[in-house]
Amino acid sequence: MSAPVWNNAVVKWVDDRLPVFSMLHHSAYEYPTPKNLSYMWNFGSLAGFVLVTMILSGIFLAMNYTPHADMAFWSVERIMRDVNYGWLIRYIHVNGASMFFICVYIHIFRGLYYGSYKAPREMLWWIGILILLAMMATAFMGYVLPWGQMSFWGATVITNLFSAFPIIGDPLVTWLWGGFAVDNPTLNRFFSLHYLMPFVILGLVVLHVWALHTVRSNNPTGVEIKSPQDAIAFHPYYTIKDLFGMGVFLIFFLFFVFFAPDFFGEPDNYIPANPLVTPPHIVPEWYFLPFYAILRSIDFTVFGVPAKLLGVLAMFASIIILFVIPWLDTSKVRSSKYRPVYKWFFLVLFIDCFVLGYCGKKAPDDYFMGIEGLKVITVGQLATLYYFAHFLVVMPLVGKLERPKPLPASISQSVLKEGANA
Amino acid sequence: MSQSVHSSGEHQPDENRRDFLTLATTAVGVVGAGCALLPFVDSMNPSKDVLALASVEVNISNIPVGQAVKVMWRGKPVFIRHRTEREINEAQEVALNELVDPQSDDARVEKKEWLIVVGVCTHLGCIPMGTATGETRGDFDGWYCPCHGSHYDTSGRIRKGPAPANLVVPEYEFLTDTSVKIG
Ligand code: HEM
Ligand code: FES
Repeated sequence: MSAPVWNNAVVKWVDDRLPVFSMLHHSAYEYPTPKNLSYMWNFGSLAGFVLVTMILSGIFLAMNYTPHADMAFWSVERIMRDVNYGWLIRYIHVNGASMFFICVYIHIFRGLYYGSYKAPREMLWWIGILILLAMMATAFMGYVLPWGQMSFWGATVITNLFSAFPIIGDPLVTWLWGGFAVDNPTLNRFFSLHYLMPFVILGLVVLHVWALHTVRSNNPTGVEIKSPQDAIAFHPYYTIKDLFGMGVFLIFFLFFVFFAPDFFGEPDNYIPANPLVTPPHIVPEWYFLPFYAILRSIDFTVFGVPAKLLGVLAMFASIIILFVIPWLDTSKVRSSKYRPVYKWFFLVLFIDCFVLGYCGKKAPDDYFMGIEGLKVITVGQLATLYYFAHFLVVMPLVGKLERPKPLPASISQSVLKEGANA
Repeated sequence: MSQSVHSSGEHQPDENRRDFLTLATTAVGVVGAGCALLPFVDSMNPSKDVLALASVEVNISNIPVGQAVKVMWRGKPVFIRHRTEREINEAQEVALNELVDPQSDDARVEKKEWLIVVGVCTHLGCIPMGTATGETRGDFDGWYCPCHGSHYDTSGRIRKGPAPANLVVPEYEFLTDTSVKIG
């Protein structure tokens, strides 16, 4: 961690007064990175790239967007039809939201599999969850802006969730709306907050990276860096790898932008909002579906607590629970690679989330995958049960009972061994 | 600091006094910040112009028996149903203990033949179907909410499904036999 010597006089002059160059050098150049990171470690930088893309495309959209209940829908149509390249900017923004969640969900599952939430990375993990929550709020409010039928009714259903709380529920919802229904004041504040939140996310990302650089990256073995042989400099090794990943990712991203721009969307959102007609089937965006399924799966009362409140609590709990998993997981081993039993439970959790997503998409009384007699709501309830059991039962128990495989002595040793086997 | 033996006993009251001052200053600061926050929080509540639009007058002379209309009030629909004799009987005959949210029909109407309720499902705020002729009215002849399947009866009471409460009866008054003021 030697302080760099700057040859350029201007750079040196600035750096002596505000060490931005030293800081960049330190964190993006010489940052010692485990030498065995797989492509699973690309999604953090990809998420960061998407965040920047969202902010840039959003700022240009805002130049032509009108946050008024009577004009919002038509201003978006104008962006699509009349504004030069408006269609491109909007499709980048719309699909970028989906890409953001794809990257972040992969990033989170990566962390779960390799035990990246365990000591000393708890703060890093927490900040990550805060970023997820902030992203959800941002995406939800953004989706309201075009003021189509799904925008309006999605906003109505989601804000109404808060009415489930006793006593404060109704005043809280009125306060969120700024009226007695989702209306122009709601749209205005959502636009204001939708503009603000990405910068809050940016701030959280700075903290996230700061925490990362304090505790260092985890790696596929889950064994910490023990000697300089275990690490390589971030630049050029990981800058080039991240860039390569970005190229592949851009092909994926832009495929949707150019060839299937409405793939992730709901056609109903191209119908202007109508406060007097609810569309027959309201579904949230795909990235909210598992949580929506958890919400809906609670259709029973427990000890007099109404189903509506329980559902809301369960939905919030499904994310809040992630905060405590550093303590729910009792295993001393980080990486599931060396955890022969937990590995399978991880796979079940992964599939469980897709099952929840499927259930969130379908009407509760439909049949699951068309299987006669098996209702979506029932499957959703079982999947919800597993989701919570995974963290509250499986994690503590398996950690205690399982006999992990022997860990490599160091990152270097594991790399050499894998090389010899190849 | 935790050592109980201080060389001079005079430090003790001094430190206590300083702790108290710190605490008091912090408390005043927090209360002050809270007060400063209040106007901003309150600015998000319904504004005066929104509140001013709080009542509407509806002419009900052209709603035939057996039909219903939707009118807008405070940005949400209100259902006005001109109930038939059979619908009134259905609403009055059901035993209160069969209801999720027990309320007699008499408590929900001012004139038996007119049912006036806010057309917003008490579950998560969708608009139930059943007002326009031909729309499904659910298992209890009132309204049916398609979002998560709540059924309401001819008094707008919740009978089946996830909604926890009856459709809300707004404040209203009959100005004449053919006109009603909602709000
Ligand atoms: C965290 C980053 C962001 C996310 C996840 C996000 C998400 C979204 C989503 C899902 C939509 C709805 C798109 C649609 O269906 O039409 C939207 C719309 C919009 N966003 Fe963002 N956004 C982000 C950042 C920003 C920023 C920084 C701005 C800058 C002002 C912005 C401005 C807008 C505008 C004006 C719209 C409405 C136009 C439209 O619907 O296409 N967004 N956003
Ligand atoms: S909003 Fe009517 S049943 Fe959920």
